[in-house]
Amino acid sequence: MVRLFSMIGSRLVIAVPYLWLLVFFLVPFFIVFKISLSQTTIAMPPYLPVFGLEEGISGFIRNLRDLSFENYLWLFQDALYVNAYLSSLVIAAVSTLLTLLVGYPIAYGMARAPATLRPLLLMLIILPFWTSFLIRVYAWIGILKPEGLLNQFLFALGVIDEPLIILNTTSAVYIGIVYSYLPFMVLPLYAALEKMDYSLIEAAQDLGCPPLAAFWKITFPLSAPGVIAGCMLVFIPAVGEFVIPDLLGGSRTLMIGKTLWDEFFFNRDWPVSSAVAVVLLLILVVPIAYFQRAQARAREQES
Amino acid sequence: MAGTWGRFNVVALALGFAFLYLPIVLLVIYSFNESRLVTVWAGFSTKWYVAMLNNRGLMDAAWVTARVAFLSATIATVFGTMAAVALTRYTRFRGRLLFSGIVFAPLVMPEVITGLSLLLLFVAINFDRGFATVTIAHITFSMCFVAVVVQSRLITFDKSLEEAALDLGATPVKAFFQVTLPVILPAVIAGWMLAFTLSLDDLVIASFTSGPGATTLPMKIYSQVRLGVTPEINAVSTVLIGVVTVGVIVASLVNKRQEVLRQREAEIG
Amino acid sequence: MASLGSTRRTFAPWADPAAKPYIRFENVTKRFGDFTAVDDLSLTIYEREFFALLGASGCGKTTLLRMLGGFEQPTSGRIFLDGQDMKGIPPYRRPVNMMFQSYALFPHMTVEANIAFGLKQDGMPKPQIAERVGQMLKLVKLEQFAKRKPQQLSGGQRQRVALARSLAKRPKVLLLDEPLAALDKKLREETQFELVDLQYELGLTFIVVTHDQEEAMTMADRIAIMDKGKVLQVATPAEVYEAPSCRFVADFVGSINTFEGSVTKTGSAARIRDRSGTEFRVADAGEAAAGDTVWLAVRPEKLSISRERPADAANALDGEIWDIAYLGDMTVYNVKLDDGRIVKASTINSIRRLEDALTWHDRAWVSFSADAGVVLTR
Repeated sequence: MVRLFSMIGSRLVIAVPYLWLLVFFLVPFFIVFKISLSQTTIAMPPYLPVFGLEEGISGFIRNLRDLSFENYLWLFQDALYVNAYLSSLVIAAVSTLLTLLVGYPIAYGMARAPATLRPLLLMLIILPFWTSFLIRVYAWIGILKPEGLLNQFLFALGVIDEPLIILNTTSAVYIGIVYSYLPFMVLPLYAALEKMDYSLIEAAQDLGCPPLAAFWKITFPLSAPGVIAGCMLVFIPAVGEFVIPDLLGGSRTLMIGKTLWDEFFFNRDWPVSSAVAVVLLLILVVPIAYFQRAQARAREQES
Repeated sequence: MAGTWGRFNVVALALGFAFLYLPIVLLVIYSFNESRLVTVWAGFSTKWYVAMLNNRGLMDAAWVTARVAFLSATIATVFGTMAAVALTRYTRFRGRLLFSGIVFAPLVMPEVITGLSLLLLFVAINFDRGFATVTIAHITFSMCFVAVVVQSRLITFDKSLEEAALDLGATPVKAFFQVTLPVILPAVIAGWMLAFTLSLDDLVIASFTSGPGATTLPMKIYSQVRLGVTPEINAVSTVLIGVVTVGVIVASLVNKRQEVLRQREAEIG
Repeated sequence: MASLGSTRRTFAPWADPAAKPYIRFENVTKRFGDFTAVDDLSLTIYEREFFALLGASGCGKTTLLRMLGGFEQPTSGRIFLDGQDMKGIPPYRRPVNMMFQSYALFPHMTVEANIAFGLKQDGMPKPQIAERVGQMLKLVKLEQFAKRKPQQLSGGQRQRVALARSLAKRPKVLLLDEPLAALDKKLREETQFELVDLQYELGLTFIVVTHDQEEAMTMADRIAIMDKGKVLQVATPAEVYEAPSCRFVADFVGSINTFEGSVTKTGSAARIRDRSGTEFRVADAGEAAAGDTVWLAVRPEKLSISRERPADAANALDGEIWDIAYLGDMTVYNVKLDDGRIVKASTINSIRRLEDALTWHDRAWVSFSADAGVVLTR
């Protein structure tokens, strides 16, 4: 009897989260895909065909015939979408690199800090991550505006005569992404660097390697798993980012997350926004799969 | 040699933390600005906090958000912990690969895709959008974060503790609740806090899945921000930052105090 | 204690055909995927026996123990405890308890609560639990640590809590997985004797898994030596040491010299000729037939070392002293024979200082009697 219960228990532990994610995560993707093959119409829901149970099997087959790849053709013919995808990838890649450049010295400094100080530094890195993303992006508006705090400061110093235009440009998007995603870069880097045995550097120097060369030949290669993990954690979500380009970027900053949002909320074109989502997902499948494999390999090596 | 590297480290850290904290600090300072203009200092005032409290729409949204966050974080913690146990304990079951895929995918999935797909599901099954749909959406993505946090704890969990409980006569269910759960509890609590703040924070998914009467605080803030920067938003932000910061600090202090106590006692013993 | 020693010596149910085995492994095999951890193994253990499973890591000894505890199910074969087939019985329904290598003390419970855990699972009334916990704390001398958490104890104290916890339910059999591995050498040696006394006083059956041959020899009534999932020999410590069943056992327990050769004369005054032509006189070649390839195995302490060839030696080899390891209580000499083989000989340092001590590169003879070695056929 007890065994029976524990068997049911183990089934439940798997089944409950599994079913939940199937229904609310996986199935919706198929719905997105189906709607991306539909046509826009002025109705609620605003697409055709709607698969209804009352139409029976013949209706189902008729509806299947109405599905088409027209929306995808549309995506690739309109330069707006192609450019949005390309510029999202470029912006995400450039910001990832910038985040790495900013994050590496911080992670390195933390890993080399006295052991008693490290938990505090770690917490200081994590703390902003807990506070609202939206608020942190919002904070930059007041700083980057033409009459904002940065320009006031530079005026006061006498560095500039007329305000720098940063807000509503791609530069502001870069700043926003670097700022918002910095903890995601620093944490894996720190984890990799902190694990590293400092005597390796001493051994390298003992064998005649100057500090900078020791960094490139020993420290950096050993932190590679952290670099990969950090870059993936920044790059993947940055490609589909919406809040940052919407609040900090201007009309000329094209990013696909914002395009999808506008298509959905302003044009009310559900089929096209679904097609945009499907293509974005296909683009991201490669880095996501790569990231998951790298993570799995790292876990194996540790155990 | 050590001196120059040390100086380099300190400078890197100082600049890094300045970059991280300066915008937040400025935001907080200007929430006490007398002037309506966010960027021109005109003296100290708490009037924007009063305005915020009198803003009916804002307060309603805050209440909705608090309820959604509490409910979704609690359910997500239960489901996420179950998923973590399933992934670490049952190494072989049908569809495990798919399961681990859909547990980890939401962590990196762009929010616009998650939001859109959930909305289309709700429309397809004719489910009225509102409080329930936002909560379901938040459970779905935050349970995956809980699963990751709890799983990383379970991996280092000494499995022989559970075996010892079984050996001493506890059934598997009892062994889980009497031994495993108390030991991994800090990770479960951390998971809950993460789920809570993620829900508190979410704009994109809520915008897709919410309906009339269930406007969340981030949605409200966003719509006001698009109209322009006001000190009132700074005030709301300051309160939110304060709540989260105090929560995180208290949690980590409690954690640390226990650790210190444990260490000190270990030294005596 | 003297009486204890004599009782123990007469304890030998395995030699009594009428004695009923308490635990029986019958053709037990355990596979993990492609890896065979336990290979068609049969073994019997008697009530009140202190039994040791000895082997290198990965030999299957822990898997065997975990199958008896119910944590692993045999792929095939059966396990009986007190006449009952254990198939399908979960760990929490078995009358055996295990002491884990990591001790597996529940970190969120006090020492007291840890010991009471198993009793609570059985629904024992509270006053009785308190009484039993008190007895256990006294048994392991930890009365004043009852309210401590495991993290506040030393390694030796934790080991004793783990022991008390696994004994609290008065199991029929106690399984101990490397019980002393985490202790330092001095504490380990003391604890070995404590465990033996405890086992005798409580009249329980102990099965201990260890990779430490000294530990197994000190504590166990019988030792099973395992390699690659099979049992190579089950015997008392003295038998394992003096009459190993094969080269693996001979080599695993203590150190030994083996001379490969073929039997030239069988029977009670046998002869074995090795490849360099030396003929060894052996008191008993056992089952080996003439012409068989055999190994003459001689323990280093059975060899004498001297400058001159002893006149009465049955077997003597000469060579050059290649290495000397002075260990305090004894000295081990490595003598290199002219054909390059190294022979180990050890002498007890019963005299404080040897005049004319042998030293590096001296020529020396190693000699041993006809009954000093054992002839192994595999």
